[in-house]
Amino acid sequence: MSTNERIGVYICHCGSNIAQTVDCGALTEYAKTLPGVVVAKEYKYMCSDPGQDLIKKDVAENKLTRVVVSSCSPLMHEETFRTAVEDAGLNRFLFQMSNIREQVSWVHKDKVKATEKAKKLLRAAANRVLHQRPLERREVPVMPEVVVVGGGIAGIEAALRLADAGKKVHLVEKEPTIGGHMARFDKTFPTLDCAACILTPKMVSVGQHPNINLMVCSEVEEVSGYTGNFKVKVRKKATCVDNEKCVGCGVCWEKCPAKKISSEFEEGLANRTAIYIPFPQAVPKRPVIDRDNCIYFKTGKCKVCEKFCDRKAIDFEQKDEVVELTVGAVIAATGFETLDPRELPRYGYGRFDNVLSPLEFERMTNASGPTAGKVLLKDGTAPKSVAILHCIGSRDEKHLKHCSRVCCMYSLKFAHLVEEKTHAEITNFYIDIRAFGKGYEEFYHRLLKEGVTFVRGKAAEVTDVVEAPEEQGKLVVVAEDTLLGKVRRVPVDMVVLSTGLRARSDAGHMAHVLGISRSADGFFLERHPKLGPVDTPTEGIYLAGACQGPKDIPDSVAQGAAAAACALSLIVRGRVVLEPVTAEIDEKKCAGCKLCIANCPYSAIEYDEGKKVSVVIEALCKGCGTCVATCPSGAARQKNFEDAQISSEIVGILASM
Amino acid sequence: MSKLNVAIYWGAACGGCDVAILDIHEKVLKVKEACNFWLWPVAMDFKYKDVEALADGFLDLTLFSGAVRNTENQHIAQLLRKKSKVLVAFGSCAHTGGIPALANFYRKEDILKRVYEESQSTDNPNKVRPQVSHKVPEGEIEIPALFDWVKSLDQVVKVDYYVPGCPPNPERIWEVLLAVVSGAKLPPPGAVLGAGDKALCDTCERKRSEEKSIKEFKRIATTIPDPELCFLDQGLICMGPVTRSGCGNQCTVASNMPCRGCYGQPEGTMDQGAKMVAAIGAALEAKDPEAIDRALDSLPDPAGYFYRFSMSTSLLERRKE
Repeated sequence: MSTNERIGVYICHCGSNIAQTVDCGALTEYAKTLPGVVVAKEYKYMCSDPGQDLIKKDVAENKLTRVVVSSCSPLMHEETFRTAVEDAGLNRFLFQMSNIREQVSWVHKDKVKATEKAKKLLRAAANRVLHQRPLERREVPVMPEVVVVGGGIAGIEAALRLADAGKKVHLVEKEPTIGGHMARFDKTFPTLDCAACILTPKMVSVGQHPNINLMVCSEVEEVSGYTGNFKVKVRKKATCVDNEKCVGCGVCWEKCPAKKISSEFEEGLANRTAIYIPFPQAVPKRPVIDRDNCIYFKTGKCKVCEKFCDRKAIDFEQKDEVVELTVGAVIAATGFETLDPRELPRYGYGRFDNVLSPLEFERMTNASGPTAGKVLLKDGTAPKSVAILHCIGSRDEKHLKHCSRVCCMYSLKFAHLVEEKTHAEITNFYIDIRAFGKGYEEFYHRLLKEGVTFVRGKAAEVTDVVEAPEEQGKLVVVAEDTLLGKVRRVPVDMVVLSTGLRARSDAGHMAHVLGISRSADGFFLERHPKLGPVDTPTEGIYLAGACQGPKDIPDSVAQGAAAAACALSLIVRGRVVLEPVTAEIDEKKCAGCKLCIANCPYSAIEYDEGKKVSVVIEALCKGCGTCVATCPSGAARQKNFEDAQISSEIVGILASM
Repeated sequence: MSKLNVAIYWGAACGGCDVAILDIHEKVLKVKEACNFWLWPVAMDFKYKDVEALADGFLDLTLFSGAVRNTENQHIAQLLRKKSKVLVAFGSCAHTGGIPALANFYRKEDILKRVYEESQSTDNPNKVRPQVSHKVPEGEIEIPALFDWVKSLDQVVKVDYYVPGCPPNPERIWEVLLAVVSGAKLPPPGAVLGAGDKALCDTCERKRSEEKSIKEFKRIATTIPDPELCFLDQGLICMGPVTRSGCGNQCTVASNMPCRGCYGQPEGTMDQGAKMVAAIGAALEAKDPEAIDRALDSLPDPAGYFYRFSMSTSLLERRKE
């Protein structure tokens, strides 16, 4: 192929990251043979200033018209090199990158084959760059408000930080109250602060903050738009209570005759009424009617709450409301679920009365919980011996491969609480004790001194099959004590299963709604595991708390604040530069079939009745490419992703060398 | 003006293209006035040896219809290429493989087995297959050998122009003939003649919505379509969006039948069938995988539907294993 373009090719060694697996010298020589290439150079660190200067100098001296860099992933340095190209006086889109680090040197060992692959990737980039066209970027204003999805501690922290900075925050919570998992805990490790004492003031601040629009019983249904300009559709579910009129006096839930409804907040250990608040410190302190269990909704008769409500706040006819918010940033703080111990039937949960899940145990030890903080067996007596089983479902090939990070510590906390409240004999069964946080190892040592027994070995099962007289009437924990090298049977009265943390069962749906990805463990995927832990690949969508991976409270709070800082940084900047990768429709080819109009998610295409063609409204186009894929006649084109660009790239990779 | 020297040939074809030439009706007499025919097997008796005897480049125009299926088709294609100044791939089969190229969904062996052993009407206990050459007392006789797959004309010889259609629209044929006869300046080689550049929707008068949502596919054999409304809006697959205009909308407007795609893909698209898949995917109401599967189950033989005329030149090309 003959061309008038003058391409400069730059091969990066990335220290030894690339150079040790790819023969960069041979690659540079190969580059010189490609059509249009007039300069090919290798350099140790192309992303460094001297590396970028190479490009700038060659554009000036060798009159380059296109530039190719073979280095790392475009996610890492495309912006760097595009800017260098622009500084050199070329349009920033007359540049193409080929990734010979993540896609070659880091994943291959055979230097000969790796170099061959690097050559093909380079040829693809050099082919493509000939078809690139200069494009102009657009700047648009950033909307000043933020949506925080999820009102657990991470979401609360993020919302308060933003609101305190004077920014309007919409905090969307699925449940009738904010507070999340933390609101259900009694004490927090390792300091044993009362969870409610430190959390409820923050909850109250959220409820009262003039800059926070708190939406409970609400779910985000759709997020569209782009960085700085997201449209977020929130469904506010009907609670049958007018929150403007209600003052939370409590008469309704005292009088409600449907009293035997299992309380979700109490893990089913206590009952609630059909009109209820989940717990006394709920924020907002406004009841909701559980329509599935309300006598009026089931039989058409009752309305006791309405009769007793002085404020006339009960509205049985209330309907769901869908609110559309326009915001600059979205923070996902949707939290986690604990693994259901029923998935591991060998531990007897659900079969034996006194095998508890961690949340049941949290509620039991909570002073305002179903037993007023007493640790009790089902028969109402205090246990004389308790086993706490670590790593249930975590670090387990069949369940959660990951370490859930908090279970060791909450297990230690449980041991301490049992010791404090019952003086029972306590045995912890563990694989390793992972006490990584500040003050955690010290807490572990404190427990060792409190007389808690630690058996190094994962419990195999919990059984009531008696093999010795002392096992009569007990739950027997069977485990291999790996320090003794023996199987042990430990009879106890109560077993607490420290189950792992997993991604929420609706995480896939939420990821789809937010347009973000998930890692193999199901949690939301951050932009970079080290340098972008709260960012997502979509600027303007940030992650906070355990939705990104298991986290303790300090880490969740830190990430909540970090996500707020990221959102703030975007909003305060005020303007955002959009990549000009919008679509355009060639009116010479468009036959006006309108398939693109039906499919454009942004209503960015309209039909020109005069010309009988479809037309892209560039200001509305987000460059999603749907119309380009849809267009049956090849009239719709995606800028910077045109057919000729992509097919030339494919030829570069697939053609024989 | 001296008469043009013309050949018309059929490869793997049904003869419909030849009939379409006659469908220019009385104008065919004018063709006769302007042209000397040197080969037209469907209409007149010529011998290959007479064509072989012509000087190279003697023929001003050859219309080659039909796909290239066997060695004979290929031989004549090469012969006519040598003898012709302008070689036209005439009709869908020569253009993109056409109906014969649906055979590319099968291997040659599968086809021979079906035809010579399995079909209900076959009585062939010794499983005799046709032989390319056979010795008889009088000497060796030969029949053409079947290729492994069906080819378009331009996969065998260089083609100057394409006239699409199954068959080409007679009015377009007349326009093309007039252009050649009148000595008007012809477009650059490789061009598609007798057709528009845009897709068929461009010339279709049916009302189409901006909110297509196909729940399930209907079949034209069991549906009476609304004559005013876009077929896709009715859940009937119409290849119009991925097919060149130029046919005069004989199916979609005149006959209330959805487009089958015989004019091939419009300028600038890479693969007619794949583009139709994209268009159908976009028009489906179903969004979750199960509902999509259910909707697609209402569409028997999607590959045959979407690649009805274009298998030879499609990205799929043929079944390879």
